[in-house]
Amino acid sequence: MLEFRKDIFADERDDHLQEIGQPTQRQDMLGHVTGTSRYYDDHRFANLLHLKVLRSPHAHARIRSIDDSAAARAPGVKRIIRAADVPVNLNTLLSLMQFGKDDEPSLASDVVRYKGEPILGIVATSERAALEAMALVRISYDPLPAVFDVEEALKPGAPSVNPAYPKNTFEYHGKYDHQKLRFGDVDAAFAQADIVLEDRYQMSPIEHAPTETNGSIAVPDTNGRIVVYTSTQALFFSLDTAAKINALPSNQLHFIGGTVGGGFGGKVDTMTEPLAILAARLTGAPVRYRLSRHEEMQFGSPRGAERIYIKDGIMRDGRIIARQVRAYFDSGAYTRLSSYAVIKCAGHIPGPYSIPNVYADVYCVYTNRTPATAMRGFGVTAIDFAIECQMDKDAVAIGMDPLEFRMLNAYRDGDMKAHRREAKNCALIECAQVAAEKAQWPLRDEFRRMSSRQGGGSARAGVTDRSRMPTPAAPPRVPASTAQRAAYERPMPAVSPAVTPPPAPPIPPQPSAPAGSSHGARRFSSVFGTRRR
Amino acid sequence: MKTPIQFRLNGEDVAAFVEGGANLLDTLREIVGDLTVKGGCWQGTCGTCTVIIDGVPRLSCITLAETCSGSSIETAAGLRRGSELHPLQIAFMERFAAQCGYCTPGMLMAAKALLDKNPNPTRQDVIEAISGNICRCTGYEPIINAVLDAARDHTRSRV
Amino acid sequence: MAKHRGRGVATINYPIGMNLGGDPSQALVHSNPTGKFTVALSSIDLGQGMKSVVRQICAETLGVPVEDVYVDTADSDTGPHCTGSFASRGTHRVGNAVIVAAREARAVMMEAAAEELEVDPGDLETDGRGNIRVKGAPHRSITVQEVAMAAQFQQGKTIAGRGIFLVPLSDVDPETGEMSPATCYAHACLIADVEVDDETGDVSVLKITSAYEIGRAINPKMVEQQLVGGAWMGMSHALYETVEPYYPDPRHGPRDFNEYLMPGPGDICPHEIVVLERPAPDGPFGAKGIGEMCANPVLPAVANAIFNAVGVRINDLPITPERVLRAIQARGGAVPAARMR
Repeated sequence: MLEFRKDIFADERDDHLQEIGQPTQRQDMLGHVTGTSRYYDDHRFANLLHLKVLRSPHAHARIRSIDDSAAARAPGVKRIIRAADVPVNLNTLLSLMQFGKDDEPSLASDVVRYKGEPILGIVATSERAALEAMALVRISYDPLPAVFDVEEALKPGAPSVNPAYPKNTFEYHGKYDHQKLRFGDVDAAFAQADIVLEDRYQMSPIEHAPTETNGSIAVPDTNGRIVVYTSTQALFFSLDTAAKINALPSNQLHFIGGTVGGGFGGKVDTMTEPLAILAARLTGAPVRYRLSRHEEMQFGSPRGAERIYIKDGIMRDGRIIARQVRAYFDSGAYTRLSSYAVIKCAGHIPGPYSIPNVYADVYCVYTNRTPATAMRGFGVTAIDFAIECQMDKDAVAIGMDPLEFRMLNAYRDGDMKAHRREAKNCALIECAQVAAEKAQWPLRDEFRRMSSRQGGGSARAGVTDRSRMPTPAAPPRVPASTAQRAAYERPMPAVSPAVTPPPAPPIPPQPSAPAGSSHGARRFSSVFGTRRR
Repeated sequence: MKTPIQFRLNGEDVAAFVEGGANLLDTLREIVGDLTVKGGCWQGTCGTCTVIIDGVPRLSCITLAETCSGSSIETAAGLRRGSELHPLQIAFMERFAAQCGYCTPGMLMAAKALLDKNPNPTRQDVIEAISGNICRCTGYEPIINAVLDAARDHTRSRV
Repeated sequence: MAKHRGRGVATINYPIGMNLGGDPSQALVHSNPTGKFTVALSSIDLGQGMKSVVRQICAETLGVPVEDVYVDTADSDTGPHCTGSFASRGTHRVGNAVIVAAREARAVMMEAAAEELEVDPGDLETDGRGNIRVKGAPHRSITVQEVAMAAQFQQGKTIAGRGIFLVPLSDVDPETGEMSPATCYAHACLIADVEVDDETGDVSVLKITSAYEIGRAINPKMVEQQLVGGAWMGMSHALYETVEPYYPDPRHGPRDFNEYLMPGPGDICPHEIVVLERPAPDGPFGAKGIGEMCANPVLPAVANAIFNAVGVRINDLPITPERVLRAIQARGGAVPAARMR
């Protein structure tokens, strides 16, 4: 089922290794087959309380009134947690990296913006008691118009979903409602192209559906701290998010995790820890907040839907000379991580191909549905679907074999990519050759002779006049003869006479700091984990 | 108002007081303390909580604890005899048939229930036996192979 | 009223690590008194095998057997910071941090051994089996265990190391999108063979053939786990899964696994995989990351295979039987596309 082609790229590897490359048994396998691997919920506590969250039944509504008095008196109920109880009730996940505005409450107070948005927490001696108490809560709503389509949301007059972003798009670089990618001149290229093909692709939201749902247990510790057993995929990310929401110094929290029953990106949002911690602080007891499967399916953050328009300009000889993309990420009611995915998507366009003219606008759009989050392939899965379907259509349009068409356009070492970095360490061609051989997909001789290491950076890639390209800020190219290193080092300036180092890169103009607070910061800060707010 | 129940768990006598309507999954985990049984959905649709009751694979999350009084229940905790792993456990290890491991206890019990009744299953028999158990990580192929291996090597044991 | 076979292909690459970088990971490596090593992390194992990959990388760097290394994670009191397990960053970022930490620990270990053997540290090598010996004179050797005891109790040295790996954060140009998304990329070509029933719209994936270039396979069995499991998830995404079946109409979302469909063990197909390795210059022993890319190529390969089988293009995910049937009806019937050869 799985075999190696060690002969390919053998000259770039040193295969004399002891432990690397061995099919060593997993450290956790014995625990898995004996059922003794400890997940967050495999810890028992006396007097454990259970937190369940009352959720909005409306996609968009104003909350007129909340009467939780009957619920507070219900059997087994220890505490009702309201919006006013949350110390810092507005956050965005990437505030830890100073990216984006705080836009999402832990508990909604005046407006609910998606069906399932949390409004109240009920802490009780059993889940059943909490759910029965929940049925006694009386909330009256004034429904508001809702918007569910990303392009409708961008039209003037569309209902405004998220007050931090009133036009229903995330703000990039303080001035744009999308991330741009501009390389070459697509309009001129489309005018020249033999064939222009346009199409639209749509990916719907999907579930991570790990067999273990999201959850955490917050336990007051003997020394006044709170210990949190968690299913998170990112321990300190969740710790710092929970510390911010609870207005606690980070060292008051002790997070324990590391063995998780599947994540796939769905356990990054830190949805249960902040309220579990708050509940533990308010009751003085250990509290578990565990999403039921129904909650995960209906209200847990999904992979966000994406709508992608692609327009390709191709020549009859097989070259793609232009690719234009307009992509919309459906972020749902709040930002979470979609703002980041947009940039990742923009950096991925036009795919692993050398196309001399590329133009893309990528949007993060708000709608009145469950906020989306990362999932396996975040920012890339949908655009790859769109690109690879489009490639097939392009090939059929000019009567070329779909695999040969891809190989013809595949990027090679030395090609310039649309985000203005030199391609290196490429291997698309070799993967195509090997898969074709294995599947008995016939390829013509010239395609079986192609190599990622030859022909790059030349007229083949359509970028002949590199003096017109802005000099890349990347470090100088490393000669291919350098032995493979075991750890990251900045490549040394080239010493081989065969390689001419490019001129020293100009320092990119520093973006001017946004006025006032750090709202709308344009980029990630590398100072992770410290908050300047 | 709690009901006393008694049953055998992996060969040992167990007694518990349970609320009316309590399911066997929560009873085993929270009251009896057998944490090898995992909960995936509490809706009876994923198979993660599979245990064997009187020789039959059952979903413990939708089995009323009270109906198990007097029954013989097997969970993953009872698979190994002392330090000796069950052939299924050995086969799962050798086939790398677990990644996150969360579906594994339920999967093992579904497989054990098959092999206890049918020591010589076909591939199709194995597929049918585990069709009620969701795995999100492995793609099922290594699990099917592991169960077939265990069936072939039923005489193997390991100290 | 027929079943038609078709074949489709996709070729992709995948960026390794968090987009733009700026996502550090740290590791601590230390020896106990008898020469057994612990790696302390706060990194998360979701099933992708973080602990196991790190164990092998640490053992290789230290020059000791893998049984003498244990990975302890995740505890915020004892494990140093790690950005998290996502973005296919684990092997690359955490692996590199572990190498740095293990190198420091190894250097102290070799110094301590040199003092015991009265040679220069540069004259020594590890045999990977728990011994440190003089190069060219293997009879002059000492065990790692003896070295650890001597270091602790006589020499007063800590056989320990710290490591951090950080790809510096890249800017993004607002006007052009110029950026450094990643320092390395993995690659794949995947061919899907399907059968389409033109009466029911049902699509069966019969076989998958793939080639993945992954930099360096740290553990071939775990590579297989990811590539096989990922392809299954890709098939599931392509043909079965949705939270909103009538997106953007948000209604009729699934409430349980009866309503949220995924392929079961009876729906899987054989998957032949070939692995290539072109080491990333900044990867741990050249390794890249494969956790996410292994699902992606299946989606378009299946869509392209459906076109090859019955001549219809489905641009919307998931490709349900309903969508296939509607497309076939709109086309006036199944039209098996001619192969290009």
